[in-house]
Amino acid sequence: MSDEHSHVDDTRSAGQGHGHAAPGEQEADAKANVGKAVGIYATGLLLAGILTAASFWAAGSHAIFGPAVPAALIALAVAQMGVHLVFFLHITTGPDNTNNVLALAFGVLIVALVLVGSLWIMRHLDHNLMPMSSVMDMQR
Amino acid sequence: MTGLRSIETGHSSPVFGKLSWDAIPFSEPLPLVAGGLVGAGLVALLAWVWRRGYMPYLWKEWITSVDHKKIGIMYCTLAAVMLLRGFSDALLMRSQQAIAYNSPGYLPPDHYDQIFSAHGTIMIFFVAMPFMIGLMNFVLPLQLGIRDVAFPTLNSVSLWLTAVGALLVNMSLVIGEFARTGWVVYPPLSELRFSPGVGVDYYLWAIQISGVGTLLSGVNLVTTILKMRAPGMGYSRMPMFCWTSLATNLLIVAAFPILTATLAMLTLDRYLGFHFFTNEAGGNQMMFVNLIWAWGHPEVYILILPAFGIFSEVVSTFSGKPLFGYRSMILATMVICLLSFMVWLHHFFTMGAGADVNGFFGITTMIIAVPTGVKVFNWLFTMYGGRIRFTTPMLWSVGFMVTFVIGGMTGVLLAVPPADFVLHNSVFLVAHFHNVIIGGVLFGAFAGTTYWWPKAFGFTLDETWGKRAFWFWITGFYVAFMPLYVLGLMGMTRRLQHYDVPGWQPWLITAGVGALLILCGIACQIRMIWVSVRDRHRLADLSGDPWDGRTLEWITSSPPPPFNFATLPRVEGEEAYWDVKSRARDRRQLSDLPDYDRFEMPRNSPTGFVTAFFATGMGFALVWHIWWLVIAGFLGAWATFVVFAWRDEPDYEVTAEEAEAIDRDRRAAKAKLLDIPAERPA
Repeated sequence: MSDEHSHVDDTRSAGQGHGHAAPGEQEADAKANVGKAVGIYATGLLLAGILTAASFWAAGSHAIFGPAVPAALIALAVAQMGVHLVFFLHITTGPDNTNNVLALAFGVLIVALVLVGSLWIMRHLDHNLMPMSSVMDMQR
Repeated sequence: MTGLRSIETGHSSPVFGKLSWDAIPFSEPLPLVAGGLVGAGLVALLAWVWRRGYMPYLWKEWITSVDHKKIGIMYCTLAAVMLLRGFSDALLMRSQQAIAYNSPGYLPPDHYDQIFSAHGTIMIFFVAMPFMIGLMNFVLPLQLGIRDVAFPTLNSVSLWLTAVGALLVNMSLVIGEFARTGWVVYPPLSELRFSPGVGVDYYLWAIQISGVGTLLSGVNLVTTILKMRAPGMGYSRMPMFCWTSLATNLLIVAAFPILTATLAMLTLDRYLGFHFFTNEAGGNQMMFVNLIWAWGHPEVYILILPAFGIFSEVVSTFSGKPLFGYRSMILATMVICLLSFMVWLHHFFTMGAGADVNGFFGITTMIIAVPTGVKVFNWLFTMYGGRIRFTTPMLWSVGFMVTFVIGGMTGVLLAVPPADFVLHNSVFLVAHFHNVIIGGVLFGAFAGTTYWWPKAFGFTLDETWGKRAFWFWITGFYVAFMPLYVLGLMGMTRRLQHYDVPGWQPWLITAGVGALLILCGIACQIRMIWVSVRDRHRLADLSGDPWDGRTLEWITSSPPPPFNFATLPRVEGEEAYWDVKSRARDRRQLSDLPDYDRFEMPRNSPTGFVTAFFATGMGFALVWHIWWLVIAGFLGAWATFVVFAWRDEPDYEVTAEEAEAIDRDRRAAKAKLLDIPAERPA
């Protein structure tokens, strides 16, 4: 370890030489595995395409009971997110993936805080204003 | 203000855009003379550098350097220079307010508004930020026991993009104007309808370009801390400064995109007629206020957390004790990191929200004071029972603790919504945030600079002048800002160009005297650097460990070799260097000779500087609507990136023999420091 030169390369030890990497897990030794990496992305693209097409189909056809269409769309959207996370962002259960998972959790938390907070704040903006009907009454 | 009329009427030529001779404010002598003097000084400096033949040295060793230490030093230099600019703005404002009772003073409102906007923008974005990022850049790899940051060339790009932002802000002094809206450019005032000039555009592009630099720097340092520590350095063995830096950079990565997006929306409003924040067509200016503070509050913790780390290192070193409550300190840091994203509404309690919203954010704001209090007690307990050496960095730290606690308590007071309704937008608030930013961030920067200066340059700073600077700064601070608390309670609002209340003037004159005391402090600091450079042989740090330090930066020589460590140190405890040192003292023998091996270091690259050159052109052109130059600047920056990506030889090799030769000197110096017999050559 002491002669390791200063590049980000300590991901190299894990995931290599094991034949049982999780789906989407990136091989660090990229040059030898370009084909495999392309394969991962192609699988992801294919799955994402299928899920997208399925969403359009679910919305457009009458094969699904009408009121259940939103539920179907939500299910497909969740699946789509999963595909993106696994095949494009390489969030897996692999051993050296803690950082990625934590980063994702942190990102989701911050986005949620800012979104929910903003919605709540903006809804509350006119809290101290008189309702519009009372203003109308006063102008009469 | 006849000069600005033609800018405002919006004539635009295909070659020069909105730029014309009217952009130079001939009617206002002050900025022109100031700008001219600074420009002449710069030209003289460049001419001197050129004549002495230092240009190649400057280019090869500094401008194109990808060494994290030199980049850190350049960041801090940029911050120090911009501090002078920002402080001169402060002097202008203090003197204007001291005399402007029932009189127009000497600064016309139009100019005064630009000054307070520039003061805030410069002090936050181009003083506090680069100071902290510079210190993190310099110290982190040394403390982590590694040879460089994760992406060395990207680091250089970050530095130079920050410098572009600073340059654009300064350009606005003589070409055109700066924003007249305050440093967070609230719409609708900052919309085209009410700010038709180029001032807000200068602000937008300066912040956007330097913001890219900051974000890249954040990504770089997070990666460095998470992925590149010396063997054996687990998370719970990292020095406290590394922990607070991790929190800061996580906040940068999470918060700066909000700023970028918010300013991008304002840019769309101004350039393409969108209506995100306008009064009409469904825009809502309150959304801007909401979003900018969703960035703005994490931003203040981005600034203060590295300072907390610096104080932790300094207090521990100069008390001769390990940091008290190391783990509680980590926990407090990470809690602050998270809570900082849950308090932003306290910047606009008066915006109209009801008791539910205001109450929630008021309480979270008060809660965030708890981990900060934990930190203060930890520092006090670190000092308790220690053999304290009151050197300059320690003085700054003690001064910080007293000042920051006062500033923190006024902050908790402002967190109470009913109290805030009285104090909002008053100079009480101005006093509060200067109390925490000067007493926290700036004192931290000064403590860190004095503490790590010998590591950077190989000699310590002169203590006499350092202590004089400290005493002037701290008395100056109290004399300048305590009156503002009083004035705030008397009802004085911020950003007043003149006033007609007789009772205010004595307090404002006192505040002006305080600013002059701070001026003396700055003069002492300049003198301190001058004296220290002159006496560098007397002040030389030959051992690489002038303060009896505890963390890994002190194990290497001062200044360190470009690769920091000939062999990466092995970490076996919380205080890596202290352990090595104690063991050597006990055994009366240095650690065993390591096996030296060859390794590679990144080559210098002009990528950062060239990118910044094109980015300057692009930023300036965007401000003035010179579209051909925008395209040319963008293509240039992009081409620079492509050239860098296709480079052939990114690294150079350091052989085992070179590493060993340099390390032999270091070991001899350490043997001398610890007063143990030098090694016989094998």
